Amino acid sequence: MKKHIAALLGPALAVGLLMFPAVSAPAATVELTNVSYDPTRELYEEYNKAFSAYYKGKTGNDVEVVQSHGGSSKQARTVIEGNEADVVTLALAIDITAIEDAGLIKPGWQQEFPGNSSPYTSTIVFLVRKGNPKNIKDWDDLTREGVGVITPNPKTSGGARWNYLAAWAFADEKFNHDEAQVQAFIKKIFDNVLVLDTGARGSTNTFVQNGQGDVLLAWENEAYLALAETPGQFEIVAPPLSILAEPPVAIVDSNVDKKGTRELATEYLNHLYSDEGQRIAGKHYYRPSNQKIAEEFKDVFVLNMKLVTIDDPLFGGWGPAQAKHFNDGGIFDQIYTR
Amino acid sequence: MTRKTRKKTLPGFGITMGVTLAYVSLIVLIPMASLALMSTDLGPAGFWKVITDSRTLVALKVSFLCSLCAALINAGAGLILAWVIVRYRFPFRRFVDGLMELPFALPTAVAGISLTVLTTDKGWVGGPLFRLLGIKIAYTELGIITAITFITIPFVVRTVQPVLEQLSPDYEEAGLILGAGRATVFFRIILPEILPALLTGFSLAFARGLGEYGSVIFIAGNIPFRTEIAPLVIMSKLEQFNYDEATAVALLMLVASFVVMFLVNRIQVRAASFAGEK
Repeated sequence: MKKHIAALLGPALAVGLLMFPAVSAPAATVELTNVSYDPTRELYEEYNKAFSAYYKGKTGNDVEVVQSHGGSSKQARTVIEGNEADVVTLALAIDITAIEDAGLIKPGWQQEFPGNSSPYTSTIVFLVRKGNPKNIKDWDDLTREGVGVITPNPKTSGGARWNYLAAWAFADEKFNHDEAQVQAFIKKIFDNVLVLDTGARGSTNTFVQNGQGDVLLAWENEAYLALAETPGQFEIVAPPLSILAEPPVAIVDSNVDKKGTRELATEYLNHLYSDEGQRIAGKHYYRPSNQKIAEEFKDVFVLNMKLVTIDDPLFGGWGPAQAKHFNDGGIFDQIYTR
Repeated sequence: MTRKTRKKTLPGFGITMGVTLAYVSLIVLIPMASLALMSTDLGPAGFWKVITDSRTLVALKVSFLCSLCAALINAGAGLILAWVIVRYRFPFRRFVDGLMELPFALPTAVAGISLTVLTTDKGWVGGPLFRLLGIKIAYTELGIITAITFITIPFVVRTVQPVLEQLSPDYEEAGLILGAGRATVFFRIILPEILPALLTGFSLAFARGLGEYGSVIFIAGNIPFRTEIAPLVIMSKLEQFNYDEATAVALLMLVASFVVMFLVNRIQVRAASFAGEK
């Protein structure tokens, strides 16, 4: 009988262990965790240094910022599942809304900071090979036969959803809101897609390192980064119409309240809007939301592009856009049915 | 046989069984149960709709066929590799032996990215192949098979190797002396001995290939209905915070691979008893 008790005790013990709360040691210095997405790595590396210096000067306290990068929605999921982020700086509002839905961020976060809580913006441009051999100037050219397009998959990549919606905005204007034609146009673009990587960095690799395709649809900042890393091999083409990508930031309310870091977190995000923060964003090819600072970068960015926002009636914000285009069975899936 | 002697031959049965059950429930049963539980939110109709979606089914087909091809290739190649390492003495034999574990040690993403660079139509390996034969590897099913083959080769080598080491060359010699041809020696003497191990290696490689995500997504191209693998379908459902549907597909994959593993296991038992009979 005894051995049976032992046999039963094992699983019970295991379950007991699982239920034990994790014990965390108190932090030595003030620590702040910023959960961000892939292409902001270099931006926040520099910004964190600047912020630490600023904060030390202001309060005398040392602050250590822990950065985490990955696909935007994947990052949102880690926060929902217990990654104790103080702030999130993600690619899409909908990813932060998902954290809000999980009860970790209070509603109204998008009004908490200026400009829809987006300290910097970006847009979608084309990266083409040197000399633009296929003469790609506008979204139209992506549907031409023999043009190989590289974009990540909108199902798995936040950046790719911007690509898709930018093309949609163009087609909507071109076909005068005729949705059937718009959809056919988008289908033609995706018929030209050679590789659908799961993330933006993957697509950049496929285009730049592996030499696939004629045009990469990319975040402006990613395109400039690729240009800087491989001088003389590529060119950036800014289409006359594109989309205004607003990567938002937010404080993770329940985490900062638990850790007592609300003040620090607010300071951290506010400083992104300072002249210093804005210049760092511009330097890393994000468009500063402060127009005065943006003007300083007028040689870098094509500032007179027509940029449609996600809140345009055409899309009606992220919630409806996601449901209509990208959810299972949505328009993007219909493009890929046989 | 009394209880006492039985206890002596198997000391500490109670505690070891307890540990076994705890371990199995902790790392296998509890996660699986939560998987099954999560997908029940869908209801039978919803579940059926998810697992019969044509895109999911095609992705499953791609995953199964590619893993099967890779496992078959590895069963052949792995056998030869193990044979060479065990039976012949050559310079750097130990080094080659150690190399076999490399696919396990390498992060799968690194493996995927480097294989892709090599096998695109502009890569060192893929370039000549494309120019001479018009064959594309990266971004096709061949790419998926290449990645899985690379990742799973150690399974076959490492399961067959110890059995070959135990198999004395005396048997082969005896067979040859008694007038058997080389083929007869291989099929009647060597193969029956190593078949169970080979099958184990094969099924391990197959199962691992099915679930392989990290390396395959870089080389696959990921175009729906062509080169989209089942784990990617699961991932993209997760990206949409669609946990129920993701677990439904995962559950289907799990059941399908369990059936395959079970079948291989049956064959293996038969092969083992066949080998024992001789």
